[in-house]
Amino acid sequence: MATATTPTTPAAGRAIVTIVGLDRVGIIAGIANALAEANVNILDISQSVMREEFFTMIMMVDLGTSQLGFEEIGRRLKAKGRDLGVQVEIQREDIFNAMHRV
Amino acid sequence: MRALRFSADEIVETIEMVRVERLDIRTVTVGISLFDCVSDDTAMLCERIYNKVTTVAARLTRTSGDIAQEFGLPIINNRVSVTPIALVAGRAEVDGFVRIAQALDRAADTLGIDFIGGFTAHVEKGMTRADQNLIAAIPRALAETRRVCSSVNIGSTKAGLNMDAIAQMGRTIRETAALTAANGSIGCAKLVVFCNAVQDNPFMAGAFHGTGEPEAVVNVGVSGPGVVLRALEQAPEQDFGALANLIKRMAFKITRAGELVGRTASERLGIPFGIVDLSLAPTPAKGDSVARILEAMGLERVGTHGSTAALALLNDAVKKGGAMASSHVGGLSGAFIPVSEDEGMIEAAEHGDISLDKLEAMTAVCSVGLDMIALPGDTPAETLSAIIADEAAIGMINKKTTAVRVIPVAGKKAGDLVEFGGLLGHARIIPVNKRSSARFVNRGGRIPAPLQALNN
Repeated sequence: MATATTPTTPAAGRAIVTIVGLDRVGIIAGIANALAEANVNILDISQSVMREEFFTMIMMVDLGTSQLGFEEIGRRLKAKGRDLGVQVEIQREDIFNAMHRV
Repeated sequence: MRALRFSADEIVETIEMVRVERLDIRTVTVGISLFDCVSDDTAMLCERIYNKVTTVAARLTRTSGDIAQEFGLPIINNRVSVTPIALVAGRAEVDGFVRIAQALDRAADTLGIDFIGGFTAHVEKGMTRADQNLIAAIPRALAETRRVCSSVNIGSTKAGLNMDAIAQMGRTIRETAALTAANGSIGCAKLVVFCNAVQDNPFMAGAFHGTGEPEAVVNVGVSGPGVVLRALEQAPEQDFGALANLIKRMAFKITRAGELVGRTASERLGIPFGIVDLSLAPTPAKGDSVARILEAMGLERVGTHGSTAALALLNDAVKKGGAMASSHVGGLSGAFIPVSEDEGMIEAAEHGDISLDKLEAMTAVCSVGLDMIALPGDTPAETLSAIIADEAAIGMINKKTTAVRVIPVAGKKAGDLVEFGGLLGHARIIPVNKRSSARFVNRGGRIPAPLQALNN
């Protein structure tokens, strides 16, 4: 009952994708590619190198154009992150709004 | 940047709170009214209770899982609280109450939730026949189920203390310990004795769905001692005003996250949102400890002189920060100091640095009470009752909730180690005062409501 699968509804709204790991060639390209394949639109990108070697990239994405559910998008990004040797998180924008904006 | 409205620092802070400091939503608790399940046939009552609970909360675990994933914020427990069972089973005998507990247990099992609360009676002024039967059923109900939690309210500021009920609860705790002796008397970990119990508490073991609540409601309990601890560790030289401010800021952020989760769960489940409970709830995991926060303020170990003042500051600052962050704050809302569930408390008990008396003093300034304290197995029922009476007196006089959840572990003596497992943790047995309270407890009757009750 509780474990019954509910039909996947396409994810709506905006989310933040965070990538953390050792800097190397092809991280942005790889993640951007995975997002494009999921038909997720990138609205904005910010990147920085923390403590010299740690690479952080933050993307604001729009999920409204994708036909995939949130879970599937997250699964694909994490898989791509594993290939690239970086950690990828995707979280709805709302959590940052709640915690950092009054 | 145009679309990105957050700085990298803000985003990294949120992610670190979860990854490093173990910020989580401790519980999403769905409260469910059972009044429409009433029947004079216990089998029918059980069937209706099972059906209603498993229908109303059917999507709870799935929805929580989705929300946790989408917000990147773990939701540790999903729980259900129900109308106090004594109110919906007026015609049941003791056996019937045990069967109802089993029906609740089956419902919890079907839902895949860890606890269901509400095997409850409110007897602060006296007992109905149903209350008597429910209390008589508690030891078996807790021994024969895994997920059912029980609570009994034995006093309030308005009614005073029902000393007959308190005497009976001492014996009930002993019986529960005996029936679950093979498992470290674990039954007692699922039994709370309250003064001034609250109607919308989402935390176990004391959650029940109060009579003033709607048909169903979503309540959320946030956590986050680790987040507060990290903030304090980064400010070793600050004075108390600055400390309080730091804690308020963290409590604000944590509570906003809780409110978001509560409102989202409410929307997706189609059940109204009730409250966020602003409690700092520790776990046995390293760094997820309220005791360590007090130590970060400058105490060598929790339990030493100054612990009560440190806890008072923490508890108040958490409330001030949290109250600003949520439209509806409720439940217990304060720091918890369960001994076996808090890594720093476990260590203090290990070294004999924290006593039952100091814990009692600390409960005067925080929520909720003497919680998850392992006591010697031969502690007399009257001593347990006297411990309850002391704790309830603090609640009654100070117009606050207090509770006792102690475990007289069968066959163990002071200094022995007991393992409860999982979130319930482990603990050294703390000694109790050996002098008898029997003559006091057995006097009978009620301690009158205090002057504080006359506020109309």
